[in-house]
Amino acid sequence: MSMNRRQFLTTSAALAGGAIAAPAILPGAAFGADTIKVGVLFSQTGGLSIVERSLTDATRMAIAEINASGGVLGKQVEAVIEDGASDPKTFNEKASKLVIQDRLPTVFACYTSASRKAVLPVFEKRKAALFYPTYYEGFECSKNVVYTGAVPNQQLSNFIPWIIKTLGKKKFFIVGSNYIYPREMAKVSKILIEKNGGEYVADEYLELGHSEWGSMVNKIKSSGCDVVLSNVVGDSVIAFYREFKNQGLSHEQLPICATVTSEIEIAAMGAEYAVGSYTSFPYFQAIDTPANKSFVERYRKFVNDPKAVTHHALESSYFQVYLWKQAVEQAKDTSAAAVLAAVGGQSFDAPGGKVTVEKENLHTALTPRIAQWQADGQGKIVDAYPEPVFPLPYVAYGETQQNLFCTPAGLDSAKLKG
Amino acid sequence: MIDTIFIGLSLGSVLLLVALGLAITYGAMGVINMAHGEMVMIGAYTAVLTSLYLGFGLIAAMPVAFLVTALLGLAIEKLVVRRLYGRLLDTLLATWGVAILIQQAVRLSFGLAFFGITVAGLGPGLQNVSLPEWLGGTFSLAGSQISVYRSFIILVSVALAALTWGLMYRTSFGMQLRAIMRNPQMAAACGIDTARINALAFAYGSGLAGVAGVLMAGFKTVFPDMGTPMVVDGFLVVVMGGVGSLIGSILSSAILGQINGLTAAVSNDIIARAIVFAVVIAVIIWRPKGLFSYKGR
Repeated sequence: MSMNRRQFLTTSAALAGGAIAAPAILPGAAFGADTIKVGVLFSQTGGLSIVERSLTDATRMAIAEINASGGVLGKQVEAVIEDGASDPKTFNEKASKLVIQDRLPTVFACYTSASRKAVLPVFEKRKAALFYPTYYEGFECSKNVVYTGAVPNQQLSNFIPWIIKTLGKKKFFIVGSNYIYPREMAKVSKILIEKNGGEYVADEYLELGHSEWGSMVNKIKSSGCDVVLSNVVGDSVIAFYREFKNQGLSHEQLPICATVTSEIEIAAMGAEYAVGSYTSFPYFQAIDTPANKSFVERYRKFVNDPKAVTHHALESSYFQVYLWKQAVEQAKDTSAAAVLAAVGGQSFDAPGGKVTVEKENLHTALTPRIAQWQADGQGKIVDAYPEPVFPLPYVAYGETQQNLFCTPAGLDSAKLKG
Repeated sequence: MIDTIFIGLSLGSVLLLVALGLAITYGAMGVINMAHGEMVMIGAYTAVLTSLYLGFGLIAAMPVAFLVTALLGLAIEKLVVRRLYGRLLDTLLATWGVAILIQQAVRLSFGLAFFGITVAGLGPGLQNVSLPEWLGGTFSLAGSQISVYRSFIILVSVALAALTWGLMYRTSFGMQLRAIMRNPQMAAACGIDTARINALAFAYGSGLAGVAGVLMAGFKTVFPDMGTPMVVDGFLVVVMGGVGSLIGSILSSAILGQINGLTAAVSNDIIARAIVFAVVIAVIIWRPKGLFSYKGR
């Protein structure tokens, strides 16, 4: 998909010539200087490509839809797609290529926090705009990033009270993969558990990619907990749920309540291992609205796979392109500064409901939902917030909507210390 | 307490499953076979594919996986390893290359991905195998709930260890193999067809890895990289047990499994892993040739 500059110049020159010579053959199609170029950077290869390819596809689909309905500011949008190869260093190099060499003001990129941290300096130094679609651990306040995935308070502030009040479970066993995201999630969980009158009996971690869950599940069994809060990510999730069932535990008595287990993991483990467990996300494929049903259908058609699943980060990858479009149209300018200034306050009716980029911290207000997994591999929505929840990236450190740490002026680090 | 010991036993049996094949290829033949983990992976994928396309259960997949990986092992021996006997470090590099080739072959669906063809059960994604009803769930033992599947793995690994022992000590193939282990030149001088025995031993070791892979598929995630950490664990066991000693491998996998299980129960899995490494290092310092060793090639 990507072109180097020489190729680009020659092809666009040739096309321009062609357009002059035969304008009737190319009706309405815009080429070369008439397109708005944006960068798309997810992994096409490597261990994370299974998820990240779907993010590229969702981004491409949004761009295709926008182009079909007339483009942005009357111009067609052209995606320059690069491959991060599941490696943060490659992400950094490719981001530099897109931002510095190709001079693209806006890039839709990154799935993992590691890759986001790796590209962040490029965007901040070059004052470019990064649209980041993944739920993440918070604790970041870059003025060059538009965060369209959930932060901890949007996955947990409804989840923990719901577990305690509706499920009637009070003793939490917190388990996660050993890196920053699960640890930050655990921090927020503990605050919420104590506030709602529950208690946690353990807070345990396993290496990323660990697949031997015998000891941990045994520990869960003998800990006397009545609910498991899982922040386990990646392929470990599958081994975990399988071991859980193989050791005779059932989600009826001891449900796993997860923050990362999405449609993708459920499909990979075999739905029978997850039936009855819960996950909290702002978006599920099973959301029963005409908008979402049409979205799932369009996505399946776009990737030519009648069984393709949609999930939270995928939905964000899709709607963030529209948020970008609205910002460009409001500013009548595609430069990064104009987009970043105009994107705050933009609302969009996404497949999962209304989303709004908050002016204060460029994070996105999303509607938290809880789903119970069913035998067909889909979540049944059992609880949803009545309205979108304000994103608080520093909630683990005491941030509230009245007392924001991340403001338009940047991070107020005095508050962080206090 | 019983469940903790059981978990330890189960961890040990998983280690032994992988290490048995290595004990033969590394122990007996002096080949550092980095592709051993990929044999496990191929075994696991055999289970995935046979259940997907042929409707095979886990048990039926075991002999198929044994055959597939044994043949693959035979091919690797004939093409690569055969030329490298006696060059320990070169075998490491060469088999590592083979390992990467096999991984990528699975990830790219044996090249079909280039043509835009996706094969269900292959590719970079995560796969799984469902367990038959009677292998899921638990049974009670002295008040503890014991996983049926883990017990099954323990039984199979004990059976495979017994089979391997029988092969090594009760057949003429085993006698010839042991002769080659002690002194390959002398064995050849006595009329043993070392090339043939080596090839068969390599195939058998790879076949064992394939069976291990089928069992892993029942409770772990199946994906192209799954074999890499396993081969490390396998080498830990073989090195600690003593190169070339079957009983050493059995004993050291039992010891490491229990250490892992007990430490994980008292503190956590991350500490447990560190302690396992510490124990192996201590053993190697104290007995450089492992717990059980004898003079060989």
